[in-house]
Amino acid sequence: MSTTMVETVEKAGIGPMTARSDAALHPARISIRGLDFFYGTNKALKSISLDLPEKQVTGMIGPSGCGKSTLLRVLNRMYDLYPNQRAIGEVLMDGENIIAPGMDLNQLRSRVGMVFQKPTPFPMSIYDNIAFGVKLHERLSKSAMDERVEWSLSRAALWEEVKDRLNASATGLSGGQQQRLCIARTIATRPEVILLDEPTSALDPISTLKIEELIDELKHEFTIAIVTHNMQQAARCADQVAFFFIGELIEAGPAAQMFTSPRQKRTQEYITGRFG
Amino acid sequence: MSATTAMAEPRRDLRMAATLSRRRQRRNFVIKVFCILATVVGLVVLASILFTLLRLGIGGLKVTVFTHMTKPSGEDGGLLNPIVGSLIQTGIGAAIGTPIGIMVGTYLAEYAAKSVLGNAVRFVSDVLLSAPSILIGLFIYQLFVNGHGYSGIAGALSLAVIVIPIVVRTTEDMLRLIPVALREAAVALGAPKWKAIVLICYRAALDGIATGVLLAVARVAGETAPLLFTSLGNGNWSLDLTKPMASLPLAIYKYAGSPADDWVQLAWVGAMLITFGVLALNIVARVALRPRR
Repeated sequence: MSTTMVETVEKAGIGPMTARSDAALHPARISIRGLDFFYGTNKALKSISLDLPEKQVTGMIGPSGCGKSTLLRVLNRMYDLYPNQRAIGEVLMDGENIIAPGMDLNQLRSRVGMVFQKPTPFPMSIYDNIAFGVKLHERLSKSAMDERVEWSLSRAALWEEVKDRLNASATGLSGGQQQRLCIARTIATRPEVILLDEPTSALDPISTLKIEELIDELKHEFTIAIVTHNMQQAARCADQVAFFFIGELIEAGPAAQMFTSPRQKRTQEYITGRFG
Repeated sequence: MSATTAMAEPRRDLRMAATLSRRRQRRNFVIKVFCILATVVGLVVLASILFTLLRLGIGGLKVTVFTHMTKPSGEDGGLLNPIVGSLIQTGIGAAIGTPIGIMVGTYLAEYAAKSVLGNAVRFVSDVLLSAPSILIGLFIYQLFVNGHGYSGIAGALSLAVIVIPIVVRTTEDMLRLIPVALREAAVALGAPKWKAIVLICYRAALDGIATGVLLAVARVAGETAPLLFTSLGNGNWSLDLTKPMASLPLAIYKYAGSPADDWVQLAWVGAMLITFGVLALNIVARVALRPRR
């Protein structure tokens, strides 16, 4: 942790922070352009434009109810499950607007995976949890599937802990292990983008650390977007930080710049914990 | 928050706290006693039923019960044809009613949760759930028996009609208990909705759905009224589904009211067999469905 807790500030808050990553942003993997989102008639996202740089981590921050998770759920069209939710605008991936009607949602979701706030192991064995997603999109031989399960569990830093009990029920794992299983399950389908919706908010500090280390590893292969309420987590993980407030994208930029010299006063205040 | 200046600091009144605490404990004790009493009453009734069944039934339990047909009084008859007839009709009834019930329950929980049609179906199903079973017998009588004659299949169908709403109710309830997150997790992997339901939700709700099916089986295994004018009962050996068929509840109905002592004895044996059969089924299913770690 390179976060430094400097002397107590006069007003309650967590004080200034520095981002770990000072990388320049890569070209966009997903480009969001003029996106509006509605829950019924309630406009939850207002004209959002944001690029998710390829093979980097975008941290989405902002107070509760500001639309971060909503945006995440647009990117794999999770909102399609609910008839009164709709998105207008453009979300471009390989030049294709993924929120346009006629998109093959199952295929989209195999390219844009998602991990949720609470671990959601399926009520089956560890092995079958991984195989479930893979079988939806591929026909693998038994040995190829074994290999895929080992690969994804290794990638999710879980293999060593579960290799001797792959046929045990996944619900018997600890919360942190379950969440890493969910990440393994997601990467097993070889997506291009991984969406993480507050993936560590239900976990203890050690499990959180493991998942953050994992994110560092995974970004070499995947484009990642993470919603977090934890400013230190954003500082530790993100290459790009996007600050949302009441449905608007206030500011987005490279993490180093966002934490040291944000352009907007509200960003500064939120990041230092003085409001929100 | 500057309005606090005019307000007094709240003080802690220890005497009041102690009084309230004693009152709380008294209430706690009273409610606990009521709960225990109610439980005892329920258990005593249940135990007395089981005990009476055993006391009066066990004496008549002989091998001939399972090897002999029903015979006129005084001829050492058994219950073979009613036992087999009950197994057949209950089995077919459950086999027809369960898939229909599960599918309707799935429709209500997953596809039509808030739609007008869904609400209508749910309402009708709930009405059917509490409909007197003799009405269901009459319904099947009008539909299948009138003009075609009594038959085992008609009996099985009337039992299926009773099974359906029970399974609908439990399937819907159990599927609704599945966290949204689990469904979303399956969909997020690219699973189409039906696969999320069949492969994930059913599995997560398996215990509950199976319990519902068992409840339904237990209920219809002892149903008499709907069989009265559908499968009628049969004193002879018959596996022909298009002919009248014997069943345990009908045999009990017929024997328990007769003046012949050996028939009354057989009625108790039959009642005991149904009760402990259903109990055994429940225990086996519970053990088989126990979550494995």
